[in-house]
Amino acid sequence: MLDTNHQVEVPEGLEINLPVAGPVPRALAFMLDMLIRIGIYMLLSFVLGIMGHFGRGILYVFVFLLEWFYPVLFEVLMQGATPGKKMMGLAVVHDDGTPVSWSASLVRNLLRTADMFPLLYLTGLLSMMLNKQFKRLGDLAAGTLVIHKKSYSHRGKLKVCPAKQSPVALTLDEQSAILHFGERSQQLSKARNHELVSLLDPLVDGNSDEQKTEKLLGIANWLRGHR
Amino acid sequence: MRQQEFEQQYQSQWAAFAEKLSLLERRKQRHQLPDDDRNDFPQDYRAICHSLAIAKERQYSPQLIEHLETLVLRGHQILYTRRTQLLHQIVAFIANGFSYRLQQHLKLFWTTHAIFYGPAIILFILTLLNPDMVYSIMPPDQVNQLEAMYDPEQKSIGRLRESDTDFLMFGHYIKNNIGIGFRTFATGILFTLGSLFFLIFNGVYFGAVSAHIVAIKYQSTFFSFVIGHGSFELTAILISGMAGILLGWSLIAPGNISRLDALKLASKKAIELMYGAILFLVIAAFIEAFWSSSSNLTNTTKYIVGGSLWFLVYLYLLWPRKAVQS
Repeated sequence: MLDTNHQVEVPEGLEINLPVAGPVPRALAFMLDMLIRIGIYMLLSFVLGIMGHFGRGILYVFVFLLEWFYPVLFEVLMQGATPGKKMMGLAVVHDDGTPVSWSASLVRNLLRTADMFPLLYLTGLLSMMLNKQFKRLGDLAAGTLVIHKKSYSHRGKLKVCPAKQSPVALTLDEQSAILHFGERSQQLSKARNHELVSLLDPLVDGNSDEQKTEKLLGIANWLRGHR
Repeated sequence: MRQQEFEQQYQSQWAAFAEKLSLLERRKQRHQLPDDDRNDFPQDYRAICHSLAIAKERQYSPQLIEHLETLVLRGHQILYTRRTQLLHQIVAFIANGFSYRLQQHLKLFWTTHAIFYGPAIILFILTLLNPDMVYSIMPPDQVNQLEAMYDPEQKSIGRLRESDTDFLMFGHYIKNNIGIGFRTFATGILFTLGSLFFLIFNGVYFGAVSAHIVAIKYQSTFFSFVIGHGSFELTAILISGMAGILLGWSLIAPGNISRLDALKLASKKAIELMYGAILFLVIAAFIEAFWSSSSNLTNTTKYIVGGSLWFLVYLYLLWPRKAVQS
């Protein structure tokens, strides 16, 4: 499959798929976090600037804490997501799908320095390209993954239409493909719907593309158990 | 059973579980859930796992499977959260764990000393023999700045400043020195090269600067300043470098396991060393900002206290410890 899924076996004997996040959404999340941090810096330096040397001292401590511990705090306390990651629908988890712990989060965030080397996260990007789970060095060492928390496909509704038995016997894979089409058909454009249906010419016959689509949706309904 | 019947039968169960999850996922709302419901959670979770297993086995539609998978993953995250007793762990770590971890890598600890103090001593001697040497390490205006800082005529020492700026300097030390420690550690993952670079670089710098100070006879202000926090700060930088080398070395010589596994194991050990290094660096920043620079204390006091701190730091690190399982 082309999907970037990482399979994890849970103790209940099931395998679940973790949809691993690639470099682009992660870079965007990083930039969002950067903007948030810059906002906080500006606010702090404005407020603490009034307080003279003492305020500047506090500002330095805050800058240090934000620079190194901002991601750690959010990742551990807010279900694996900094505000930027949350906006992008990402989350950090351990390799086995459990929520990230303090030490793992600290490892991956301290090693960010190495990932940034020499500039623009070049080392990290290289490392992400070299393994299937898009791990940067920090993730490799900490044993963590960045996953998409929200799935891409919203749960679509299969349009209810008169059920129709398939003219030929379908394998399980084929059945599942037709069901998948049925559920997604409302998210696809009409033209794309027709294009996909026309691939199944002998299976669904009809005069117009609309009729064919209707028939395929009928088969999907039948497979789903609608009578 | 057809998918539709299956969905009808279990729909309400899934919805109830999803609702429970969204409560449990928020720390504050977690307590609103009745005890019974919380105790039933593992059972409910297993029921969802069962539904997913059936849906997969019967090849129901991918979206149904995905929906159930999301529920299972969320439940999994709640049920298998790693429990941390933070306060207890911190106390145990300071009392025992840190030194124990360090003593497991004693050879590396002393090697790191050689990597840092070796170049420092060589540069110290070279610069004493040839005072111009310092100009090949740092630019002339930086040398002038350094001389101004430790000029015995100067009222406050260490950095040019007035006494009400103690806290400002504390913030500055926290930001810079701990940052240096972190970088020394992190870059070690590049096959130890980064850590080695930072250790040697800082050693060379330290050696040349001290010798230059001695050559211009400012040592009374300089050494009384650095002896106080030096014990914690230099040792913490060494430990950071040591942790970084541990990471990089696991990639160079992984032993009987894969490089990835070796790296994961090493990083578990290294991060423990880093916890200790962070603690040391924070203490060092305190001493440097509020003690070392104080002009009310005589140099003798500073030497005695500073010397004892050096002794205590090494005593703390090297005193035999009980084994802890990680």
